[in-house]
Amino acid sequence: MQRVKSILAVLGAVSLLAAGGAAQAGATLDAVKKKGFVQCGVSDGLPGFSYVDAQGRYLGIDVDVCRAIAAAVFGDASKVRFTPLTAKERFTALQSGEIDVLSRNTTWTSSRDSAMGLNFTGVTYYDGQGFLVNKSLGVSSAKELDGATVCIQAGTTTELNLSDYFRSNGMKYTPITYDTSDESAKSLESGRCDVLTSDQSQLYAQRAKLAKPDEYVVLPEVISKEPLGPLVRQGDEEWFDIVRWTLFAMLNAEELNITSQNVEQMAKETRNPDVARLLGTEGEYGRDLQLPRDWVVKIVKQVGNYGEVFDRNVGAGSELKIERGLNALWNQGGVQYAPPVR
Amino acid sequence: MPVATSSRRHGSLLTDPQARAWIFQILAVAAVIAFGWFLFDNTQTNLQHRGITSGFAFLDNPAGFGITQHLIDYSESDSYGRVFWVGLLNTLLVSAVGIVLATLLGFLLGIARLSSNWLIRQLATVYIEIFRNIPPLLQIFFWYFAVIGPLPGPRNSLSLGDIIFLNNRGVQMPAPSASEAWWPFMVALMAALALVVLLSRWARARRLATGQPFPVFWASLALVVLIPGACVLLYGSPLNWSVPELQRFNIRGGWVLIPELVSITMALAIYTAAFIGETVRAGIQAVSHGQTEAAASLGLRPGQVLRLVVIPQALRVIVPPLTSQYLNLTKNSSLAAAIGYPDMVSLFAGTVLNQTGQAIETMAITMSVYLAISLSISLLMNLYNKRIALVER
Repeated sequence: MQRVKSILAVLGAVSLLAAGGAAQAGATLDAVKKKGFVQCGVSDGLPGFSYVDAQGRYLGIDVDVCRAIAAAVFGDASKVRFTPLTAKERFTALQSGEIDVLSRNTTWTSSRDSAMGLNFTGVTYYDGQGFLVNKSLGVSSAKELDGATVCIQAGTTTELNLSDYFRSNGMKYTPITYDTSDESAKSLESGRCDVLTSDQSQLYAQRAKLAKPDEYVVLPEVISKEPLGPLVRQGDEEWFDIVRWTLFAMLNAEELNITSQNVEQMAKETRNPDVARLLGTEGEYGRDLQLPRDWVVKIVKQVGNYGEVFDRNVGAGSELKIERGLNALWNQGGVQYAPPVR
Repeated sequence: MPVATSSRRHGSLLTDPQARAWIFQILAVAAVIAFGWFLFDNTQTNLQHRGITSGFAFLDNPAGFGITQHLIDYSESDSYGRVFWVGLLNTLLVSAVGIVLATLLGFLLGIARLSSNWLIRQLATVYIEIFRNIPPLLQIFFWYFAVIGPLPGPRNSLSLGDIIFLNNRGVQMPAPSASEAWWPFMVALMAALALVVLLSRWARARRLATGQPFPVFWASLALVVLIPGACVLLYGSPLNWSVPELQRFNIRGGWVLIPELVSITMALAIYTAAFIGETVRAGIQAVSHGQTEAAASLGLRPGQVLRLVVIPQALRVIVPPLTSQYLNLTKNSSLAAAIGYPDMVSLFAGTVLNQTGQAIETMAITMSVYLAISLSISLLMNLYNKRIALVER
């Protein structure tokens, strides 16, 4: 009798726990405000995008996007905690509610936008897939790679694009897949494979980590479109708007020449109506988004505008020295275009 | 005075022990079923609410990615269902080869640890202590980098007569395929084997009746060589070979034994053999020493004592823990994902999960498959265990 009672009690307790675990969608903003910080999913070590430096601080474009969200919601860019995720866990972590936003150089595709219960909020970085080969192979174009052994990271759009490219050009290849991009780079170095394929930004980042970067060259062909951006759960409109407009605010700030150095001064003294609306001096656009009035000021002051973030992490001010290219503003030859705040 | 039978109920339903037992059992079963149903229903509702697709329709979608090693035909336009089978066969390959190697090595180790030769005993002990105590993942990495590291690139392959090549992409060897003489050859081989079985039965019966031995082994060997050999002379070779050749990047043609497969099989076999060695030692030591002494006094040599008297009795003690070690090896094969070997976990619960986003279904399928494999292994081992069990008088 005792044993039956205790078994029934345990069953009852476990079912209560299970019931409590069913989180409600649509309440991420409330949960974040109550928690006091944003839980952000990033990658487990990709230079330029999200990585940990020697002092244990998180750096990178994806990291800065999350810090900007925290600056918008709380006024303090440090109110964010990072969860490093592999390519396999990233979607499950967001779907289950473990993180609030996934900012992990994830390609925006239709199936990810629809079938997974997630929404992309925008494009942080327009990228494309390329190839990194050892110069000693004497290859100058991707069309000469028939029969090569290729290292890839498992489960990414990279695998699919690679297969499509080789198939449509009638070439054969042997794929070797690894869990992390570090392992695939190490394999290229050891000679197990002839060529490493990944997003071009990742290729530059991985090349910088190799023992002899000058022996490797990135081939000129870009074989796919890889727009990388942050994701949130479906059904959560307020949070979606906040994450989306955080990125747009940073782009608008660069367009209007507002930098982290001059933002406070411009907020006080500007006579440009666009700047006034963006920085909250005029209108109630912050309140519409359920954010404080000076949310853009906080973002730009603590994190920077898009150009500053780009330069610092992957551009001229970093080791990678990637050109703005497609990521330049629309009026400077690129495709980054943000709708106006008004 | 006789005790009243339970056909008459005393008092109400609640106090009768039989009735109470039934009621509580039914309630417990109902509670478990209800709990299971609640979990399932809750998950389904939440998935739908959040717009996450569920169900198994994804198994028909095209996969779109290539696989390094596939034992059945596979191309990028095949479905995820086919990827599942490729991964399953790869896992079974590693498990089967690993189990065979580990058993052989483990038995040798166990017997060596009980050897009267001091050096052999110490070597076996050192081996077991080292390989038992290092985590299997580290051992897999070690073999992978130790195997790949010193090997040359494809352009500088070590070659054996220009038909077998060894380089850091693997061992490339000629691959056979069936020619027109294949079926006659198979028929001849089957006939030879049937004759061998009949021959050994006849020889055994003759030995039991008259005591005369017959060289069964050599006679069988002659049969198996001569009959198919005659077929080859008449019809030609049953196999066509495709020979590997160096091309721009790789050696193409023939069959490749990839270094990932070699390293994971070796690492797992060596790791599990250490455990099996200890199990075998325990089994041998469990057989009473009186058996060994009696066998020796009958004039049997030490090798014969081990083979005919000790090991058959030791198997009673060895087989159950041996089953556990086989299951461990099968499950440890999932570590192959760390070095890029395309096994079940790496392909299905890795790539397919990431591309379709349906974590629950892929994980459920993978777990069920491992459960099925493990249950089959333990079923077979339990059957074997029953067969070799000693019948006590």
